Amino acid sequence: MAANGAGKARSSGVLPTEFISRTTSRDMADVNGTSDDHQGESVYRVAGALTITRAATTQREIDALPDPLTIDLSEIDRMDTVGAWLVYRAVRDRGAKVVGASRDEVSLLHQVSEFDVPARVRPEESSSFTRVLTELGEWVADAGSTLLGLLGFFGATLIGFANLIRRPKRFRVNAVVQRFDVVGVRALGIIGLMSFLIGIVIAQQGSVQLEQFGAEVYTINLIGRITVRELGTLMTAIMVAGRSGSAFAAQLGTMKITEEIDAMRTIGVSPIEALVIPRMIAAVIMMPLLAFWAMLMALLGGGIFVWLSLEIPPLTYVQRLQEVTPITDLWIGLIKAPVFGFIIALAGCFQGMLVQGNSEEVGLRTTTAVVQSIFLVIVLDAVFAVFFSSIGWR
Amino acid sequence: MTTTTKNNEPIITVRGLRNTFGEQVIHENLDLDVRRGEILGVVGGSGTGKSVLMRSIIGLQTPDDGEIEVLGESMIGRSEDEAKNIRRRWGILFQNGALFSTLTVAENVEVPIREYFPYIRPPVIDEIASYKIAMSGLPANAGPKYPSELSGGMRKRAGLARALALDPELLFLDEPTAGLDPIGAAAFDELIASLQKRLDLTVFLITHDLDTLITICDRVAVLADRKVIAVDTIPNLLALDHPWIQEYFNGPRGRTAALSHKEGAAA
Repeated sequence: MAANGAGKARSSGVLPTEFISRTTSRDMADVNGTSDDHQGESVYRVAGALTITRAATTQREIDALPDPLTIDLSEIDRMDTVGAWLVYRAVRDRGAKVVGASRDEVSLLHQVSEFDVPARVRPEESSSFTRVLTELGEWVADAGSTLLGLLGFFGATLIGFANLIRRPKRFRVNAVVQRFDVVGVRALGIIGLMSFLIGIVIAQQGSVQLEQFGAEVYTINLIGRITVRELGTLMTAIMVAGRSGSAFAAQLGTMKITEEIDAMRTIGVSPIEALVIPRMIAAVIMMPLLAFWAMLMALLGGGIFVWLSLEIPPLTYVQRLQEVTPITDLWIGLIKAPVFGFIIALAGCFQGMLVQGNSEEVGLRTTTAVVQSIFLVIVLDAVFAVFFSSIGWR
Repeated sequence: MTTTTKNNEPIITVRGLRNTFGEQVIHENLDLDVRRGEILGVVGGSGTGKSVLMRSIIGLQTPDDGEIEVLGESMIGRSEDEAKNIRRRWGILFQNGALFSTLTVAENVEVPIREYFPYIRPPVIDEIASYKIAMSGLPANAGPKYPSELSGGMRKRAGLARALALDPELLFLDEPTAGLDPIGAAAFDELIASLQKRLDLTVFLITHDLDTLITICDRVAVLADRKVIAVDTIPNLLALDHPWIQEYFNGPRGRTAALSHKEGAAA
């Protein structure tokens, strides 16, 4: 562990220095006994192992002793670099004298003294006011560059689409079909279940409120209009963002780190065409299908609740749905879906392509992709709501 | 200091080790002794289970069968508390440094110290971390940097500083010079050799680097055919008539490395 030979060699003439004396403790005791100059001097004598195991105690003991201090190492049998550092520290800061060190201990002391370079542990921190300002500035710059980057990425995908239309042979059918499976088919179960439960919740909450006016039958209006017009698409978009948007970001981010994307570029394959466009097409095509599926399942859930709880038979339920839900509601839901799918794929792929450096970034970018896409989806949903009601699709 | 005599007392003993991954048998009846105070190089072709051997010894991989003793204590079936006492006495450098990415280099070095010795005062811990960083050959301004801001070679040095944080008796190095340029690799070899002498370390070193093997290793263990087929000094290994060993050390690269080492020694 510590640099030390077998036994304590004490030959003279090795590495003499001003601060480390190699006289034995007996010599030191003689000096102490005869000279008045050393009155009031404290001697720290430590026996056994001077290692990291007792570093805290040693440090406390050394600190407690008054100056001038002499450290007697003649009785220790082991010293490691931490022990040597504590001794060296006392020598450096307080001008302590060291006696009784063996040759190896002296060389260890010299070695640690060689490495005495003041190094900071944490990056420098500025005052809190400037930090707040810096962070605000960084945030604004970040938001601006993200917006610009997203716009640029949008442009790059449009160019990619244009290239594909010009050379349709380059279109990667297999990749797209595979994405259909991952984004669409495999999401059927979870989205179906979620929508079914949401249908039940809407029916239940709605019926409790409407019962107070004796208008339980309007529960059907509520279910029909809200699921078809809003919730079917919106909930599906949120689910797809969490399921596929995050996967897009993580996949592309990992490929960026493992330099797969760089390899692609050098071979001459455009990553936009090979990776981004199949994912976008999959999201754009799958979103309306999934949204439609979600609407059906929500209507089913609501219908079952209405049947069991309000005793409205299924046939009446379907008939009433047809009467109260205008077909424009379905168009609204289905028009929004591909737009949301596009936004989700855009944010996911964009964040994935932004990854650089370490694997930690993949996690960060994935989170950002999901937050960004859900946020954009909800903002767009509000815009759509205003737009459709102003064109008279109420 | 009684422990420093370079006797043949083994610090790591592996007996009858068997490791499998599904159908694939990695180790079968593998025996190995590492003596106190030596630098043992471990070589073997790709996929012969060098890293798996190291992971078994340090307890990250539970072997299917066999006995492993480190510092005189069995590593298999130990409780977490008992294992802590052993973990305090070794340092491990993983292949890519395995630095904690959310901590600065200095904070990385401080992690083991704070974990095991929480009573040391923070300024002293900071100082200990600084000299460990300097000792590993990093510049002083590397302390407050994050691992992502470092080059591969610097990350390895930082990993070494963390491995040395507790002044271990035993150091495990997984391909320390892989991915370094020859100058950096030679400097790293020198650093390990000098630290080993200064701190009287026992080093378990996995490497593909023939220069490292020839320059700093006392003995070399050769992994092939699912076991350690030989452990000896390089001249003695060369006397063996095993095709892989002959090809490894007597291939063009092996000869060049040996030659340059001889020239270096003569100069």
